[in-house]
Order: sequence, then C-alpha cells, then structure tokens
Amino acid sequence: MADATDSVDTNWALLFACWLLVSAASLGSLFFSEVMELPPCTLCWYQRIFMFPLPILLAMGLFPFDAKVVRFALPIAFLGWVVAAYHLLLHVGVIPEGVSPCSRGVSCKTKYLDIFGFVSIPLLSLLAFSSVITLLLILRRRLA
Amino acid sequence: MKKHQLVIFGAAALLIMFAVGGYFYKQQRSKKTQAMAKQTESPLSRAYAQTLGPADAKVVIVEFFDPGCETCRMFAAPVKRLLDSYPGKVRLVKRYAPFHDGADKVVQILEAARLQGKYWETLDLLFEGQHRWADHHSPNPDMVWQLVASLGLDMERLRRDVNDPKILAIVRQDITDAQALGVHKTPGFFVNGKTMSSFGLEQLQALVAQEVEAQYER
Repeated sequence: MADATDSVDTNWALLFACWLLVSAASLGSLFFSEVMELPPCTLCWYQRIFMFPLPILLAMGLFPFDAKVVRFALPIAFLGWVVAAYHLLLHVGVIPEGVSPCSRGVSCKTKYLDIFGFVSIPLLSLLAFSSVITLLLILRRRLA
Repeated sequence: MKKHQLVIFGAAALLIMFAVGGYFYKQQRSKKTQAMAKQTESPLSRAYAQTLGPADAKVVIVEFFDPGCETCRMFAAPVKRLLDSYPGKVRLVKRYAPFHDGADKVVQILEAARLQGKYWETLDLLFEGQHRWADHHSPNPDMVWQLVASLGLDMERLRRDVNDPKILAIVRQDITDAQALGVHKTPGFFVNGKTMSSFGLEQLQALVAQEVEAQYER
C-alpha cells in the first residue's frame, strides 16, 4: 500500500538518480566479469567493495526517504573515488608500475576495454564515483 | 508515477539491459569464433597444435587447457570417450592456457616429449601425478622431471628441447590466442567455434551431439 508521501519531490528524485547510477555501475561491473569474463584485478575489487553496497544503502534511503543516507553513502563513495583515481593514474602511466600493489595475478595495467581510444574501465569507474559524489553533495546542500 | 513504481521500473530496465546486452555480446562472440573455426589459420586453428582423431572429421573440439588444472584432468578421459562414441566424426585439438604460475614450464616439457612421439603418454602421466606435482595450485617443475623419467624418453634431448625457440613460440602463441578468444578459465572448449551456454561435461556432450547431427545427419 502506498503511503501519503508516495509522490516524487526533487530531493527524492536526486536520490533516485543516485540509486540508478550506482545500480547501473554495479551491473556494468558484473557485466565485465560475468558476461565478458574479464578477471577483475585487485584495484577493481577495491572499487567494487565501495560500489556494491551503494545500491542497497541508497534504496534503503528511498523508502521512506531518509536524509541521513547521504551521510552514510558519501564516505563510501569517496573511498571508491580515491581507488578509481589511483587506478586511472596507474592505467595511463602517470604512476609507474613499480609502485603498483598488484604485480602478481591480474595486472591492474591490463587494458581490456578501449572505446574511442581513451574510455577504459578505470575511467568509467571514476566517472561513476564522481557523478554519484556530485549528486550526493547537491542533495546534502539542499537538505542542510 | 509513484515512487515505488519508479524504483521497480528502474530496476527492471537495468536488469533487462543487462540480460539483452549479455545475449547480444555472446551471440557476437560466437559468430566470430565460428568464422575462425572455418579458417585454416586463426586463433582457433593453428597447424602446430596436437590433435587426436581423423583430419577430415567435420566436428572439431578445440580445448584450451592447463596441465596443472584439476578440472582439465577430470575432463581428459570423458572427452576421449566422447571422440570414441562418434568414430571418425570428431577431432580433438589440444591448445594451452597455462594460467597457473609455472605451468608454462610444464607445457614446454610436454611439447618436448611430443617431439619424441610421447605426447599422450606424457599428458596421461602428468594428469595422473597432478596431485603431487601441482599440489595447491603451485606447479613444481622438478617433480615433473622426476615423473617423466619413467617414460623412457631421451632425457638429455628432452632437457635440450624444452627451451627450443619453436616450443617457446607455440606456448606464447597459445597464450595470446586464449586471450584473444576470451578464454580466462580452463578447460575452455570450442566445438566448431561454438561455446557451451554454461560449463559442464553434459553441456559439452550435448554440444558435440548437436554439431555431429548438423554436420552428418541432415
């Protein structure tokens, strides 16, 4: 049964957009590993650790709408962003391979995806984390 | 639209995109590998590879394997039986995907033994003693040398041949091809370029049966 607050306002819509974004990112990540069967490297796993809880966490904040979810989701998204940024720098060669934490197993430098010559998996990850952080920050401002 | 409807609709749309995308991706890849299977030289067909069964067989199973992989060992006998159940119609091509650390060294020993005409004997022995030399997924090449000593091979020649540039090139090419074909797990099977929808011996048997029917009994 729908409650009295079951109509969409801007704050709810923003959080919903966040949820859609992280859900798409999580499924996209699963698409790479389960459908395309690309083995995730260590840094990919750390990004997944910070991305996968977000769809669940944000969904909990949608029903009923709970502003506190922004406070809980932001640090997780921020840590994911840091790992993604590090991964991208490693990927494009700004950080030399010597300091890479994953010289064994699947190399974090392996380039699996290459759309238009510059879109890689770490870049997609960084874009996803950046967008969700931006949306969450906008939401936090509106709710303050 | 109500909130809960939006979320249900959003989740459904994402899941449908995932499923449809997966379907088209697999279709696309299957088309590519099926075309490769028809060529004489492609990542799926290399003239240097060891084969079993008649050269004119119309159904070709290409198996990418790692001698240190337990599942590859478990598939060895059933796949040979599968060949026997369609006499003259199915051929097996052995390719390498040595994913375990140090497994490439074991592959080199196997290829060197092949030069002395003992490929299948060596492979059987490697699988038989796998629990010892590849314990806990860390191949021990020293133990492999002890193991193959019982085969009556010219050991001096074997030690020379393992580093033959031709053998090294075969291993390198197979690893490159496995990557190009998206083989990330072993054993990786292609039947006339087609892959199993899900992994399993029964699925492989069904795929081979389907291909034999398509090629011979129309």
